[in-house]
Amino acid sequence: MTHTLMPLMIAVPLGGAFLCALMGKRARALPDAMGFLVTLLAAAGAVYSVSLVKSAGPLVYSMGGWRAPVGIVLSLDGLTSLMLVTVNLVAFLVAVYARGYMERYTSKRLFYGLFLLMLAGMNGVVLTGDMFNLFVFLEIASVASYALVAFGTGKHELEAAFKYGVMGTIASLFILLGIILLYARTSTLNMADMAAQLADGGGDVVPLVTGLFLAGFGLKAALVPFHAWLPDAHPSAPAPISAMLSGVLIKSLGVYALVRVLYNVLGVAKVTEDGSPFTPLIVLGILSMMVGVVLALGQWDMKRLLAYHSISQIGYVILAIGIGTPLAVMAGLFHLFNHSIFKSLLFLDSGALEHATGTRDLRRMAGVGRKLPVTSSTTLIASMSIAGIPPFNGFWSKLLIIVAAVQAGHSWSAFWAVLASILTLASFTKVLRYGFQGGASERLRQLAAVPLSMKVALVLFAVICIGGGLLLLPSLRDLFLGPAADALAGGTEQLGFVLTGGAS
Amino acid sequence: MTAYILCLILFGLGIYCAVSKRNLIKIIVGVAIAEYAVNLMFVLVGYRMGGVPPIFAAPGEAQGAMVDPLPHALVLTSIVIGLATTALLAAIAMRIYRKYGTYDVNEIRELRG
Repeated sequence: MTHTLMPLMIAVPLGGAFLCALMGKRARALPDAMGFLVTLLAAAGAVYSVSLVKSAGPLVYSMGGWRAPVGIVLSLDGLTSLMLVTVNLVAFLVAVYARGYMERYTSKRLFYGLFLLMLAGMNGVVLTGDMFNLFVFLEIASVASYALVAFGTGKHELEAAFKYGVMGTIASLFILLGIILLYARTSTLNMADMAAQLADGGGDVVPLVTGLFLAGFGLKAALVPFHAWLPDAHPSAPAPISAMLSGVLIKSLGVYALVRVLYNVLGVAKVTEDGSPFTPLIVLGILSMMVGVVLALGQWDMKRLLAYHSISQIGYVILAIGIGTPLAVMAGLFHLFNHSIFKSLLFLDSGALEHATGTRDLRRMAGVGRKLPVTSSTTLIASMSIAGIPPFNGFWSKLLIIVAAVQAGHSWSAFWAVLASILTLASFTKVLRYGFQGGASERLRQLAAVPLSMKVALVLFAVICIGGGLLLLPSLRDLFLGPAADALAGGTEQLGFVLTGGAS
Repeated sequence: MTAYILCLILFGLGIYCAVSKRNLIKIIVGVAIAEYAVNLMFVLVGYRMGGVPPIFAAPGEAQGAMVDPLPHALVLTSIVIGLATTALLAAIAMRIYRKYGTYDVNEIRELRG
């Protein structure tokens, strides 16, 4: 059965972006309305895709009616629907927030145009079943994000955008080179067909390609030692975009694409009951986890601090998936979802604080807590989530990761995960202590009011943070996290449904 | 095989240029060189020594080795994407020049990784 939901997930944001950029000049209200409507539709579609996978199994859509392996296909399985929900849910809430926040910039038309373009690119990356198509969507999302980082066109924004643009382009070239080598070996671009051919022997090119993909997607995901661009790029963007970049872009372009290719196409990493650790991922994960959090400790700029924590939290996800037991993979994907929620919330909070106080320096916003009850309480919730305090969502996923690591006999990984968690807590104690408590300074007497739309988005994110742990309940787990983990566990046969036409 | 290795050397040169040079324009040129190396690699993958264009005059009547047309279609896409990124980087570099009055990375560096 083919389902038109899949192309619509890409076409609707793409069309919205086009209309925003084209007509936004004349119709002033259009960009806001379009941004809200398109992301709402996309989020609804993503949630629907979860039930679709549950009821109908994995689905395939052949572009233009050309069946795999000749034509380009879109495929939808558990992992894809998990990523779709993560991306589009965050995008929707960010769009609600941006309505108020982006008033200070001159051109909402261009902002929403690029924002929706980036969303289309990310949806494309997670949906596609074709290697070259993956590269094209990856570049669509990346180019839009370079422009969005430079959106403020100040000194820092431009410098960060240039650095990000160069690093991102080099990453894309590594990925493209890997794709070329795979094509040269297998003469196909379809992921499922490629996986089948590589499994039939002829895998002599696989180690080289694995290295290229680890470097390329590692750069996109900002894993240490490929992380240098992230702490500049993410804080320089407008707050809603920081939330999108840290919350979902590095995950869909970096983590998702990397694990999809490593597990389901190349088959170098596997998920088995007793665990089959994939050392490069574990090493990269532990390095990112520790280096990110240690560098974060010394930061006073709130957004920069959050950016370093993104590196650290991505390390958790990569580490957990690298361990390779079903439980660890599920824990990693759960942490991926949770991180996108609480990190987006933290970035949006930092934006609200910057909006109200005019600064991002923690020392200069001291005592803001009592003046901005909504912002400070949501920051508190998100900080406790990221630091792993029960009962917030971050606690459950970190606990699962640590339990899974110990179960698989990786006590050292578990040790580093606990240590990074303690340092995260220390770092966020600093944020709360300096940023929010204490007597209000003279400067903070006049605070700009935080618009309602921003508050609504903050509260909704906070609610998901509090309720996130419920996803582990058996009935919800079988619906959302379970199928996603199963998709990675399926190995190189997982995408086979693409060739047979999927469930009918 | 020599052609592939030369391609990879060109790719390495481009990356080296992008990473080591201190001038924004030279960095962009380095990225572009690396891009061309990858595109060239793509064309080479599709090439067959002494191959003919992949056109069937009559059904089932193949004229010996045929050139693989798919990489040539893909490389066009890749070139267009490369154009977009290069143009964006050049535009950003121009705006940086307007703010700082220089293309030298050492004088621009206000953000530390």
